[in-house]
Amino acid sequence: MAHPSDRKYSNEHEWVLVQGDVATVGISDFAQDQLGEVVYVDLPSAGDVLATGDSFGEIESVKSVSELFAPLSGEIVEVNSALGDTPETVNSDPHGAGWMVKVRLDDAAQLDALMSAEEYDAFIVEG
Amino acid sequence: MRYIPVTCEQREAMLRAVGVADVDVLFDVIPEAVRVVGGLDLPEGLSEIELSSHLSALADQNISASELVSFMGAGCYDHYVPSLVDHVLSKPEFFTAYTPYQPEVSQGTLQAIYEYQSMICALTGMDVSNASMYDGATALVEAALMACRVTRRSTVVCLPTVHPEWQNTLATYADAGQFSVAEPPSVDVASGATLLAGLADEALLGLAEVLGRGDVAAVLVQSPNFFGSFEDLERIARMAHESGALLVVATNPILLGIMEPPSAYGADIVVGEGQPLGGATSFGGPGLGFFTCRQEHVRQMPGRIVGRTVDVDGAMAFVLTLSTREQHIRREKATSNICSNHALNALAAGTYLSAVGEHGLAGIVRSCVAKAHYLRQQLLATGRFRAPWEADFGYEFALEFLGDVRSMQDALLTKGFFAGVDVSDVEAEHATGMLPAAGANLVLFAVTEKNTRAEMDAFALEVASL
Repeated sequence: MAHPSDRKYSNEHEWVLVQGDVATVGISDFAQDQLGEVVYVDLPSAGDVLATGDSFGEIESVKSVSELFAPLSGEIVEVNSALGDTPETVNSDPHGAGWMVKVRLDDAAQLDALMSAEEYDAFIVEG
Repeated sequence: MRYIPVTCEQREAMLRAVGVADVDVLFDVIPEAVRVVGGLDLPEGLSEIELSSHLSALADQNISASELVSFMGAGCYDHYVPSLVDHVLSKPEFFTAYTPYQPEVSQGTLQAIYEYQSMICALTGMDVSNASMYDGATALVEAALMACRVTRRSTVVCLPTVHPEWQNTLATYADAGQFSVAEPPSVDVASGATLLAGLADEALLGLAEVLGRGDVAAVLVQSPNFFGSFEDLERIARMAHESGALLVVATNPILLGIMEPPSAYGADIVVGEGQPLGGATSFGGPGLGFFTCRQEHVRQMPGRIVGRTVDVDGAMAFVLTLSTREQHIRREKATSNICSNHALNALAAGTYLSAVGEHGLAGIVRSCVAKAHYLRQQLLATGRFRAPWEADFGYEFALEFLGDVRSMQDALLTKGFFAGVDVSDVEAEHATGMLPAAGANLVLFAVTEKNTRAEMDAFALEVASL
């Protein structure tokens, strides 16, 4: 699966899709492929405030448990509670229904620090 | 087989290597004043025959509950343990096996734990049980810690009627800064008796005040409480939940054979001491902490959990599950630093419950409750005791002795009775500030299915003739 060019990527393998002043965050197709079958996603609550680099949740696969690191700062306005019952959506549709949180951006300029799809593809090849 | 950790030659070589003439020089840093001068004051060595008879003589100074009639409880109860329990426990496969990490070689142990968990869930009415913890006290503390993780708050309220030893364990963890224990609901000394018997309205108002701050993670309540009385769980649950706190209920599992389970009153975490289920009294230990919660909080539950699954051939198999909560997978994110359980005690509880069965268990509990109520009546009739309160209780109750408790107990011991537990002894060891309010001469009596009517009548007669 290609990494869509409508969004930005972090070096912790999260994607960020901005619509208005709200950014949707999920993990990349590359990340879900590396993790393997996802069995549990622990997400924060709406209203929590994130700062870039904070651990804001955990994703557990049959192989490992990894922390989710905030790619940007802002207040969480919505979490994808559907992942509680169907965590495997992260594997089947990582860039769509497998999204994790929606964040109200407190500063749009912070997106500049993230990578484009092209840069991210190069980043994961470098390993 | 001899085990010699180091030979004289090796010791000399090591001393030369570090440039020290004598081993004693290594201890020079220890101040003279705190060192033992000369040898230890020990008697001469004994032969094996002499030692064996010396130890027997020491052991004979103990009086076992099985030689006398015991009405002692206070957290550890003298129930009958069916002989089947010891037979199963003594099987070497169970008795010697260490931690069952490997499902390939531990199916028997894992299945036994799974069955124990299932039976504990059936008793408590909760969704999930872990594989057990050390004892009731540590299970209660782990419940407090879990409630803090679930609610993301860090203060708990412990009702003053919880077992003083358990409150002491809670305070030990609080000292380490893991959470803080809010001052208990204000205690009105005048109504202390009512409060101890079950919670009085004033005490509940005090609780409401503490909860009103909105930062409490859990209300910890024991029912039946340390004094044997039942608490108003339904009301406490409502108050806890309205403030966003979880309700942690500690209970006596054997009573759940006939009692409405705490889950019916809205408990979020149910814990307790499992010793009444096939555990020996053995000087008060080892105990068995049972721990249960609702499915929605299972990720925050401490301890091992055994799950049922299928193997490659589709046959039923058992494995440890949800292990990412545990410190052997993720030390810094583990839900608890207790990574072990009391597997043998859990096996005893599972075997006990299988041996007595659902109806047998109910029969045992009915017998305990009926006998305890009979003994209380008989003791009050002697005129030597006063009832400090009227409250519903299971098979343990407190009475105020009109006289010196110690001399009463000493006198009855010579007649072959353990006359209950002196509450002021407990207070002396674990001061809660709560017990004096209940009266200085409180004695706790527990009556089990082992006690007969003849024993109770004889006991009451001895009390009357004091």
